Amino acid sequence: MRYLPLTQPDREAMLSVIGVDSIDALFVDVPEAARLDGPVHGLPNHASELSVERHMTALARRNTVAGEVPFFLGCGAYRHHVPASVDHLIQRGEFLTAYTPYQPEIAQGTLQMLFEFQTQVARLLGTDVANASMYDGSTACWEAIGMARRITRRGKAILSSGLHPHYVSVAKTMAKYTGDVLDTTSPTLVADMDLDALIARIDDDTSCVVVQYPDILGRIADLTPLADACHAKKALLIAVVTEPVALGAIRSPGEMDADIVVGEGQSLGVGLQFGGPYVGLFGCKDKYVRQMPGRLCGETVDADGRRGFVLTLSTREQHIRREKATSNICTNSGLCALAFSIHMTLLGEAGLRALATVNHAGAVAAAERLARVPGVELVNDVFFNEFTLKLSQEARPVVRTLADRGILAGVSLGRLYPDQDALANGLVVAVTETTTAEDVEALAAALEEVLA
Amino acid sequence: MSINASGWRPEMAGKDNADGAAPTFTGNKALMLEEALIFEIGDTTTTGVDIAPAQEGKSRLGNLARDTTIGLPGLSEPETVRHYTRLSRQNYAIDLGLFPLGSCTMKHNPRLNEKMARLPGFADVHPLQPVDTVQGALEVINELAVWLIKLTGMHGVAMSPKAGAHGELCGILCIKAALEKRGEGHRKVVLVPESAHGTNPATAAFAGFKVEDIPATAEGRVDTAALKARLGPDVAAVMITNPNTCGLFERDLKEISDAVHAAGGYVYCDGANFNAIVGRVRPGDLGVDAMHINLHKTFSTPHGGGGPGSGPVVLSEALSSFAPLPYTARTKDGHVHLIEEERAEEFAVEHFGGKLDSFGRMTAFHGQMGMFTRALTYILSHGADGLRQVAEDAVLNANYVLRSLEDVLDAPFAGAGPCMHEALFSDANLADGFSTLDVAKGLIDEGYHPMTVYFPLVVHGAMLVEPTETESKAALDQFIGALRSVAERAKAGDPALKTAPHFAPRSRLDETQAARRPVLAWKDPAPMAAAAE
Repeated sequence: MRYLPLTQPDREAMLSVIGVDSIDALFVDVPEAARLDGPVHGLPNHASELSVERHMTALARRNTVAGEVPFFLGCGAYRHHVPASVDHLIQRGEFLTAYTPYQPEIAQGTLQMLFEFQTQVARLLGTDVANASMYDGSTACWEAIGMARRITRRGKAILSSGLHPHYVSVAKTMAKYTGDVLDTTSPTLVADMDLDALIARIDDDTSCVVVQYPDILGRIADLTPLADACHAKKALLIAVVTEPVALGAIRSPGEMDADIVVGEGQSLGVGLQFGGPYVGLFGCKDKYVRQMPGRLCGETVDADGRRGFVLTLSTREQHIRREKATSNICTNSGLCALAFSIHMTLLGEAGLRALATVNHAGAVAAAERLARVPGVELVNDVFFNEFTLKLSQEARPVVRTLADRGILAGVSLGRLYPDQDALANGLVVAVTETTTAEDVEALAAALEEVLA
Repeated sequence: MSINASGWRPEMAGKDNADGAAPTFTGNKALMLEEALIFEIGDTTTTGVDIAPAQEGKSRLGNLARDTTIGLPGLSEPETVRHYTRLSRQNYAIDLGLFPLGSCTMKHNPRLNEKMARLPGFADVHPLQPVDTVQGALEVINELAVWLIKLTGMHGVAMSPKAGAHGELCGILCIKAALEKRGEGHRKVVLVPESAHGTNPATAAFAGFKVEDIPATAEGRVDTAALKARLGPDVAAVMITNPNTCGLFERDLKEISDAVHAAGGYVYCDGANFNAIVGRVRPGDLGVDAMHINLHKTFSTPHGGGGPGSGPVVLSEALSSFAPLPYTARTKDGHVHLIEEERAEEFAVEHFGGKLDSFGRMTAFHGQMGMFTRALTYILSHGADGLRQVAEDAVLNANYVLRSLEDVLDAPFAGAGPCMHEALFSDANLADGFSTLDVAKGLIDEGYHPMTVYFPLVVHGAMLVEPTETESKAALDQFIGALRSVAERAKAGDPALKTAPHFAPRSRLDETQAARRPVLAWKDPAPMAAAAE
């Protein structure tokens, strides 16, 4: 039992200091009927590092690794190259094994990092401020809807048809308990986002409009008219960004006057990890900061006048406000925020813009190549690094067939919208700097055969 | 001018050297290194990443191409590594020493966990890949689920909640869904003991319940009689932490559960302190209906400076069918399936007698997979016998601390018997004008992270010490000596303690100013903005 330093003589010496003769005497408060007399039955006993490693490695081998095949999946999680130094730095024990910075004098490393992260995120999203991170994009999106309710004191949120269906599901689940009314529709396979339809639905009961940018089909559009329409009705515009690299190439939602911008930060530093842990981004205009959920790091001075950082505005939070808190959230996603921040620092603006350019150019080339395959039609006019194809047949079986051939072709809309027949032929394809021209050629060739 | 616009000035850092030495030119003190912000040392044209040129082709960004500067500074790779390494050294961490933060279970984080989570078969897999290409990942979720169910003696488990508070919400929503299904949605009250974590009432309130406090007894446990007296047709659930935040086992939990069930309610158990009883007690045997498990506490996944956590929720038979989507399940053919919205109905027929009760989805994708991998690695390393030893050593260490210090610090509940995994002290016998905060800051100078302070709220000036099982006797003895020394100074009224810490990277920080005039982001002094582009 390599993680337990006490020896048997230690244990005996300590029991005698305590003044009891056995460990059982320390569990006397457990009712007798509930005391287990030995290890839980039906489970194996302790194992060596070598044997655990063998077991886990065998399980890992049963998965198809994204980096080992032509790979085109996106829809809320993107495969980007993460520089080696990111993973090295987040494994520094002083970051990895620290706690939430409740004692700021000995947590300035985490706090300064969070202050830098908040600034990076705010600038990227185009907002005045950002918090110290949320669980992920989907929960950040729901928290934004709740925040809009608190600010506007209205209970109807209009969700764009281009919002990730999992994000919609999370919001629907939560809204059942808060009484928010969610106005939702399903997407259609057309080139334009549904901004006009959204504008037409805003009324005096609307707390917010939630729009994803780029949206679930990879489409992008100027959000300014939507922001204006929201503000004319005193509603808020919430923008959701699931691919932050996009903001290196296109204008940020904040610049287009969105009031709250949330996002999934996984693209930078974090990796795919089969869905988590990820890192939720959350930014807003200055005037709404006191309604923001989650932790915030702020600058201050110490008793000697030196600059330092602390967690602040905690009167919004559950450990102070208890049942009156803005959210029940306690943990953020600190280590993933660190990975995001380090990757962003390595890139800098020049690097982020270059990376975004490579992503976009690769996606344009791939879209044009794939659109030449008979039976494939490109839905989007404009996009960043992800676009939707309409196939001549149902996409989901095609994806399965291509997986058997060692190609992970993208996300079929049948997987995301199993009950929407009109979307069944849709295939969402993402292209990043990790996608090679050979990968695209392999996908095109395989699609040609399967669709023939 | 905002504070941050004034930047960091070396003369500030060099001020007030405790030993009277002259300030250094840099503001550094040997290995204690000052570090500026990336916004002060980087610029928008520097990058630490080489990116191959883009393919030729026309843009399809429409009229959205970025035409403004973002203002993101970059650093070269060597500067980046140095920046974050320097920052890391301003943090206390488990790797540096005992981290006795009560209710947080700061145990050693094994590096095998990290290695396994980074296997490409786990780290480089997309959540929406076809399920037959991710059978190993689903096996991990399923295998961990089986361990959690067996260790807790429960019926089912919801794996997707992202952290403890998210798990609490999951459990409470299961309860709400079960009540509604029974046509008893009118039960609006959730009873929460005064000593509960703040997340408990916040969670219940979010789900639309009215929170009512239940008092504690003089010996630090839930007042069973008061609780039972409050039960009735309006009570939906009771949220109890066991072991509780005073570090005590709730002896009456089974009796309370039976009474709650008889009155038509459910029992939510906050499992934050499961480390004290893992392998010794199964919450299922105490009548619990739902309990979240913090994988980042009991099962050693790293706290990471504030997350990511992971909060699976084990559920009784009465609540299992209400679990959120998605879940994993092994079917008769031996395959593990991912049950998402579309297959939920089919699955419900097979496993829940056709009841399709799931209350919905709490997060995109399947939960904190990276934490599942780490927790399973840890669980397999310890095994059933090792996990039992974990609880025993955690409880032994806490009692050793309690009995070694009760003569110098007031220990309000020590007379009532042993504690579980944490020892609780109060500020009762410190000198006038000296507080728990002073003891905490004094411990920093001794090279320790302080214990949890001012929590639980039921004890004045609470100090909650949780040593965990991964401390040696020698490490405990040194900590006990340090806390004894600081406590004696606080009792004697040593004025130097009021200004502690003296040897940390910063002295006490002005939290009032931070909140009154929030500076939440860096604002460039004019030249930096102009230099961009």
